[in-house]
Amino acid sequence: MEEKNIIELRNIKKVFDDTVVVEDFNLEVKKGEFVTFLGPSGCGKTTTLRMIAGFEFPTEGEILLNGEDISHLPPNLRPINTVFQRYALFPHMNVYDNVAFGLNLKHLPKSVINEKVKNVLEVVDLEGFEKRQISTLSGGQQQRIAIARAIVNEPDILLLDEPLGALDLKMRKEMQLELKSMHERLGITFIYVTHDQEEALTMSDKVVVMSDGMIQQIGTPEEIYNEPKNAFVADFIGESNIFEGKMAASMTVSFCGAEFPCVDNVPKDTRVDVVVRPEDVVITRPVDGQIRGVVDSAVFKGMYYEITAILPDENEVVIQTTRNVRPGEEIGMRIGPDEIHVMPAGVLMNVFDGTITKEGRAAFAGGEYECDLTQLFDGSVQNGPCSVVTEGGEEINLEGIEVTVEVSVKAVSMSDEQRDYRADGNIISFIYKGNHYNYTVRTATEEDFVLDEDDLWNEGDHVSLMIPKEQIILKRK
Amino acid sequence: MKRFRFSRKQLCIPYALFLICFVVLPLAVIVYYAFTDGSGRFTLENLLSFFTNGNTIGTLCYSAVIAVVVTAVCLLIAYPVAYILARSSLKRAPVLLMLFILPMWINFTLRITALKEILTVLEGNLSLHPFLNTVIGMTYDYLPFMILPLYTTLLQLDESLLEAAKDLGADPGAVFFRVTLPLSMPGIVSGITMTFLPAMTNYVILDMMYNSTYIMGSLIGSYFNIYDWHNGSMISLILFAVICIVSLLTGGEDQDDAKNRGAIL
Repeated sequence: MEEKNIIELRNIKKVFDDTVVVEDFNLEVKKGEFVTFLGPSGCGKTTTLRMIAGFEFPTEGEILLNGEDISHLPPNLRPINTVFQRYALFPHMNVYDNVAFGLNLKHLPKSVINEKVKNVLEVVDLEGFEKRQISTLSGGQQQRIAIARAIVNEPDILLLDEPLGALDLKMRKEMQLELKSMHERLGITFIYVTHDQEEALTMSDKVVVMSDGMIQQIGTPEEIYNEPKNAFVADFIGESNIFEGKMAASMTVSFCGAEFPCVDNVPKDTRVDVVVRPEDVVITRPVDGQIRGVVDSAVFKGMYYEITAILPDENEVVIQTTRNVRPGEEIGMRIGPDEIHVMPAGVLMNVFDGTITKEGRAAFAGGEYECDLTQLFDGSVQNGPCSVVTEGGEEINLEGIEVTVEVSVKAVSMSDEQRDYRADGNIISFIYKGNHYNYTVRTATEEDFVLDEDDLWNEGDHVSLMIPKEQIILKRK
Repeated sequence: MKRFRFSRKQLCIPYALFLICFVVLPLAVIVYYAFTDGSGRFTLENLLSFFTNGNTIGTLCYSAVIAVVVTAVCLLIAYPVAYILARSSLKRAPVLLMLFILPMWINFTLRITALKEILTVLEGNLSLHPFLNTVIGMTYDYLPFMILPLYTTLLQLDESLLEAAKDLGADPGAVFFRVTLPLSMPGIVSGITMTFLPAMTNYVILDMMYNSTYIMGSLIGSYFNIYDWHNGSMISLILFAVICIVSLLTGGEDQDDAKNRGAIL
């Protein structure tokens, strides 16, 4: 029998002050599942959780609980309880009153409430704490009380918003296991939010990887780890080598200067990103390798050595191995077809809507750039700052016309100097791709530039963007 | 040679002198006058005469009633105002708060005179509603002292606690009575202290409103005006005792919440 979905999110979109925080969010959760929203801070995972709890209402889309639309129901009418990030225990009440808060509101008989509070305190291992004041409890104990206060109401769904974030490492590990076993014992559906990938992989039945308000991948922890759907997921979950590549044939991919058989059936010549986990690279004698490289560093990590090898084309490969090789040594490397994960390439071309200014610049994404206006009319010649003469001798004033601007990912470069006319923004994410970094810069106009650079910058850095005149491709609309 | 260095003790000297001159000595003088008669002999006569005189007891009760009513009216007006200013997402909240506080910057006499003119226009003859006018005048004067501590406490209220209450099934009414109100108690207590005590003793407002009735402040004033220091001091002392009792009742239990009270002032 097909199990019913306890909660379903359909085409959820949330906009705060013109900023899209969550978009195109579709998710089905079955009764009793442990689902984790995983992503870096600001990816929209907490907002989504708050929409399920009822603290925020979706701008678009619907949330179905047991088939009924609850999108605009206030939180007190939803059979859903939350464990808050900083616990949010009531400081003016003792442990008993905190835990009994929800039960008191339901006007249950005193004896029933007593019984339930006693039982739930046993579940969280804090028997006899009824009379204690909240301020006398340690962080871990407050955490347990927060969980007890939520589950004592026997909710259909328990939401947990980074509940272990404030605990130290050892406590966190303990609580992870405890939460997992609590989930199994109680049979309540858990929806858990975290930015800690290890936590997500350890505890969940299903992981929803989010970035920038969008779901990147939904899958079991194994699927997420072994079959990442794109470079972001691969980079965020575990360690990985990410390379740019191209399909040499339908089941053969070319990257790092060699061709490798793989199991993905992608049409020839498609540009792709290739992900290889460090533990999947096998070190061989130089003559036996599919690729050769020179060991740059070898670091002992306890269970294994972490080797960085440099290839002739300057790509870096990180390898985890139990073999001890020395820096400077030449090695061969083999990667099995199953271990090569081929994913559609990220953005190759930035596309913006723009206009032509009276000085003849292309204005887009908050900046103005020198450009070649003659592209707009085949065979035309520029005869003024912002006008061209066509082949037929007609003079056209281009001021204010709307154009589509295309700039290749390779053409944009960054500078920390601010100049007039240059678009500027903050680096919102970056991924290392073998021999260069792939950055996403968000401008003040909420437009994203994707660009490749060799140097390492930091997330959040404020940069201005430089584009050579000849690299700006203009098209009339 | 031992170098002279300032220690904390020495820095305290000016404050100690100030306290002795302006707090301890005057209190001692009041106590002395209260328990002596015209020839300087110890007597309990002043104390007894206060409690045997129906007029003075009546004035004490009347003052208390006025103070209670003024405090209650202030609280009823100030709580919603403070709540809206502190909890809403109004961008102009600080400006609005400023508007409520602004009258405090204007000279007190000027304010009351202006209010008197307005009330005269509205009521005609002020002496027709002495009680009402007194309450209006005092409420007007003490409202900022009620709003400020409430505003500060409500501003510090953790939003996630309100969300937690909603999450656990509380409707807006239950959220208010079970979480918001109990957690704003320090502000309420502080507001009451700062309104009730001056309302008990202030008689300038009454005086200026052409009020014929006496409250405690005016009673003391009337004795001092005829140079009866002994009875005047005794009444002051009794009022002092009443205020001490009220302070103990409202503020005694939560000493450590002092930081939450009227921090803005």
